[in-house]
Amino acid sequence: MDFSIISENLHYYFDGLLITVQLTGISLLLGLIFAIPLAVLRTSRNFILTMPIRFFVYVFRGTPLIVQMFIIYYGLGQFDFVKFGFGVFQEGFNPDNIGNQTFLWKYFFSEAYFCALFAFTLNTCAYTIEIIRGAIESTPFGEVEAAKSVGMSRTMMLRRIILPSSLRRAFPAYGNEVIFMLHGSALASVITLMDITGAAGIINARYYAPYEAYITAGVFYLCITFTIVWLFKKIEKRIYAHLAPYVDKTQKTAAVN
Amino acid sequence: MKRITLILIAAVFAFAGSAAAKDWKKIRMCTEGAYPPFNYTTPDGKLAGFDVDIANALCDYLKVECTWQTQAWDGTIPGLLARKYDASIASMSITEERKKKVAFTDKYYTTPAKFAAHESFLTRVIEGKLGKLKIGVQRETIHDRFASAMWGKKADIVRYGTQDEVFLDMKSGRLDLALADSVAISDGFLKLKGNEKFQFVGPSFNDPKWFGNGAGIAIHKSNQDLVELFNKAIAGIRANGTYKKIQDKYFDFDVYGE
Repeated sequence: MDFSIISENLHYYFDGLLITVQLTGISLLLGLIFAIPLAVLRTSRNFILTMPIRFFVYVFRGTPLIVQMFIIYYGLGQFDFVKFGFGVFQEGFNPDNIGNQTFLWKYFFSEAYFCALFAFTLNTCAYTIEIIRGAIESTPFGEVEAAKSVGMSRTMMLRRIILPSSLRRAFPAYGNEVIFMLHGSALASVITLMDITGAAGIINARYYAPYEAYITAGVFYLCITFTIVWLFKKIEKRIYAHLAPYVDKTQKTAAVN
Repeated sequence: MKRITLILIAAVFAFAGSAAAKDWKKIRMCTEGAYPPFNYTTPDGKLAGFDVDIANALCDYLKVECTWQTQAWDGTIPGLLARKYDASIASMSITEERKKKVAFTDKYYTTPAKFAAHESFLTRVIEGKLGKLKIGVQRETIHDRFASAMWGKKADIVRYGTQDEVFLDMKSGRLDLALADSVAISDGFLKLKGNEKFQFVGPSFNDPKWFGNGAGIAIHKSNQDLVELFNKAIAGIRANGTYKKIQDKYFDFDVYGE
């Protein structure tokens, strides 16, 4: 075992750390932003409204993340209209002129980074919708009844009662999703991105030292996971303050006895 | 207790000793299986290609039984060091750096490296439409090393796990150039249907400093006897015409080089 190769090449891991944190952070944030309204819509009784959301969730939870990433990264590149726009269907179109590339292809889908981000966002969004939907549906009926009895409108009830209450309940499950997403982001290395796992791949291939390379990657992931768990604990303590056992701060001395 | 331990240790050493001196009846071969036309996996899951045929010919020549397994390129040398197989025939160039870790047989072919690009590449160069160039290579190959050392700061070197993925992204237009073995490019990419718009550009690269002295079979350093066995067999199949027969099946030129 020779960890000097790791210390000499630590910059690969720190560059990788940045990519990993970016990919996970941005995709989680975007996923959550989309997931909240979609989860609310998903609880609607209107079948036409819930159908597309059900389908989206079913597809993205029903296929492995790596397959989704491959379809987006390699699959889309197969179609000329993705690269050159719908002009390809007109006669006399000459795809050789690379300057004709669509904006979407040139600046978005041709970059591995955005492809990964896109796949991760859709994936986490689907899971988060389900987490939040479950929480909304398990809202104690008493809370809804109380809101109705004081004459709240549906939107006000949603904003003041249902969402705060259910997001709070969804929180621990969402913590799980955050960690899953972090570990899922290791797949980015498969499409040429140099995240932490990608860095380990380079070190392994260069020095033929898989143990040192991947154990270091593991330690990096553990550190991030630790930070996430710690952060979630902090937040949980705050948002579950009303559930904490009552401590009478005026009688400190008595508590000691 | 102590004595039993000693006996056990002695037994292990005796066994290891006998294993090292064994004459080779069965050789566990390994290849990547994703590097056409040298080694690839056929649709029905069998290994095929120049490397595989050569290895089978070598085994026939030596009258030994060879079993096959595949190993992703990145793990070729670690797998060999971990003795997951006895020999790896995966078009691996014989470089000084790799020789520090594993032993190599004599070369069984040499082909130069070249760039490939879309036919519009030159026009885009002239019109000055190119920003920072993207050069696709397979990760930690001689081509990766060479491109990274020569142009690592001036161009984006995009590294892939397999050569096939480089070609795939070349085709989808994500790469400006691909640097790879000339035969891998022509047979694994240019000659395939739908890739008529791609072609070789620039010179051939074969500086031994970067590209080694041809491709050899990699073997664990402790199995020097196996290296000699294979060297004998390579010379043997070169002499008895088997090599040429296999070569002609895949190429219309002399792939062995000088």
